[in-house]
Amino acid sequence: MAEVEETLKRIQSHKGVIGTMVVNAEGIPIRTTLDNSTTVQYAGLLHQLTMKAKSTVRDIDPQNDLTFLRIRSKKHEIMVAPDKEYLLIVIQNPCE
Amino acid sequence: MEIVYVYVKKRSEFGKQCHFSDSKAELNIDIPPNPQLAEQFMERNPVDKGIQCSVSMSEHEANTERFEMETRGVNHIEGGWPKDVNPLELEQTIRFRKKVEKDENYVNTIMQLGSIMEHCIKQNNAIDIYQEYFDDEEVVEVTEEAPSAKTINVFRDPQEIKRSATHLSWHPDGNRKLAVAYSCLNFQRAPEGMSHESYIWDLENPNKPEIVLKPSSPLVTLEYNPKDSHVLLGGCYNGQIACWDTRKGSLVAELSTVEFSHRDPVYGSIWLQSKTGTECFSASTDGQVMWWDIRKLSEPTEVVIMDITRKEQLENALGAISLEFESTLPTKFMVGTEQGVVISCNRKAKTSAEKIVCTFSGHHGPIYALQRNPFYPKNFLTVGDWTARIWSEDSRESSIMWTKYHMAYLTDGAWSPVRPAVFFTTKMDGTLDIWDFVFKQCDPALSLKVCDEALFCLRVQDNGCFIACGSQLGTTTLLEVSNGLYTLQRNEKNTASSIFERETRREKILEVRHREMRLKEKSKAEGKDDELREEVPSINLEELVSKAEEEFFNIIFTELKKKETAAMKPPKQRKMEGDEEVEEQDEEEKEGASEETPA
Repeated sequence: MAEVEETLKRIQSHKGVIGTMVVNAEGIPIRTTLDNSTTVQYAGLLHQLTMKAKSTVRDIDPQNDLTFLRIRSKKHEIMVAPDKEYLLIVIQNPCE
Repeated sequence: MEIVYVYVKKRSEFGKQCHFSDSKAELNIDIPPNPQLAEQFMERNPVDKGIQCSVSMSEHEANTERFEMETRGVNHIEGGWPKDVNPLELEQTIRFRKKVEKDENYVNTIMQLGSIMEHCIKQNNAIDIYQEYFDDEEVVEVTEEAPSAKTINVFRDPQEIKRSATHLSWHPDGNRKLAVAYSCLNFQRAPEGMSHESYIWDLENPNKPEIVLKPSSPLVTLEYNPKDSHVLLGGCYNGQIACWDTRKGSLVAELSTVEFSHRDPVYGSIWLQSKTGTECFSASTDGQVMWWDIRKLSEPTEVVIMDITRKEQLENALGAISLEFESTLPTKFMVGTEQGVVISCNRKAKTSAEKIVCTFSGHHGPIYALQRNPFYPKNFLTVGDWTARIWSEDSRESSIMWTKYHMAYLTDGAWSPVRPAVFFTTKMDGTLDIWDFVFKQCDPALSLKVCDEALFCLRVQDNGCFIACGSQLGTTTLLEVSNGLYTLQRNEKNTASSIFERETRREKILEVRHREMRLKEKSKAEGKDDELREEVPSINLEELVSKAEEEFFNIIFTELKKKETAAMKPPKQRKMEGDEEVEEQDEEEKEGASEETPA
């Protein structure tokens, strides 16, 4: 339990990180540093996207699997680490 | 025939109700059949009629009712809480969250995901993985393609008796027209009835020349006035200079008088850069170079005789076959002669003898083309005999660069106006060579066979892209070269100038060396001179003859002796060489016979 805290704190403290959130498969935010509505929005949309990406990877090669998803936009970068039940989402502003 | 039935009704009865009643049938008209009409028709037998034996089907259209579809998105405001948890109740949600956080699966997952995530975050912080490299560098066009040229158009001499195209000139504005001078350069072999006409072709229309120029004698050279595109200067076969104005028509506008003109065909004519734009000069194989003013062609303004001994003797003069003039060096001009010598002259010299500045010799035959490099006027190209040579004004003994001796005579050459290292040459076997000496020095970069007969003249357009070449049968071919040959390469100017300088330096060093050697030999020869005077080698003819006879006999005797020793071989070998023996005997007899005759 403490390690989890520590890990999440460490992630949040990295340079450029705007927000961190842990969401479960139903879209319930377990842990988040942003407000609820934003979190739920991110959760719903990214969950679908992750599913799609996962199915794409597996369609191309059934023995392959999605490990990480990175979406770079003009303003920042959204990084999603997927799991069977949970999603770890981090929004970072990459320094350029 | 009209069938008409008339009935009458009173006006008062109009509009009244109709009462119908039965009436008997009345025959109004009876038209019996006319059998004569049947003769206008013929019975048709057999008659083709198509029938189809199939199930008769019917066609119906049906359209279903439109099914309306709409795309909508769902915006979740709240996650999918399990049934027992009320999302609005803070306590319940907190409790739920805490429960999840205690789950072991949760802990493991987060640890694992956390490490992956950290890696990527750090990666992001370390470098910008989407950085644009090479943003500032401009796109460098590397021409990988091999040099090539393709024929665009061919202009044939419309005359029956073919003449060779001896000179070409591009129209000064826009290069849409090409003036071609036609004449027969074979001495006194011009066939009867050969036309004297020369043409100006429009590039778009190769079938018919646009303007016809009619001189009294065939034209050997033809040049557009670079200042006034309507005026053309022509040099005739009989030595006269003619001038045309295309607005006035195809007949000669001005013609020089025969007495004061050249005595031989005018091989070179160039317009000069002057304020009036009416000055020009011409050269011919009679050894004279004359300056003219178009407005007064009755006599030349100046005459210079190409006598390199500087004595102004016409008998010693060298025949001029090509002229060169560069507008950036207005007082200097160069003349290429039939004897293979290039004479560099200064127009503004005080005395006529000083007009001739220096000579460059190196060619074995007439110099057909002479042109300064448009970028480096100190270096000039000459084309004659079987080579093309590049000279530098500083090195007078020999050329600084030259091509190998070709199989066919070179007839014309020109620099590319765009690239300082590219020049073109034409040969008697109908090939056009394109040389690029920053690319390859020993061979042409591109060698094209343009036609089967000899190519006589060549002219490059000002943009360096189009080349026109004229052949012996009057066919002018227009070629377009590939991109790489007319776009200036990087550093080409520097490379070309460094090549020129290097070669000039080499020649200078060689020159110095030669001079030293000559001096040495001279001094040696002077020392030996006294000794040689005593031994007067009396070259007596009879002595030589007897010497030759002696040698001849010696050779014969030695051969005979060889045969005898061969004949003295052991008998075994002799039997085997039965035939050879017979041959040997024959040879001996022959030898004997020949022995007798000289004696």
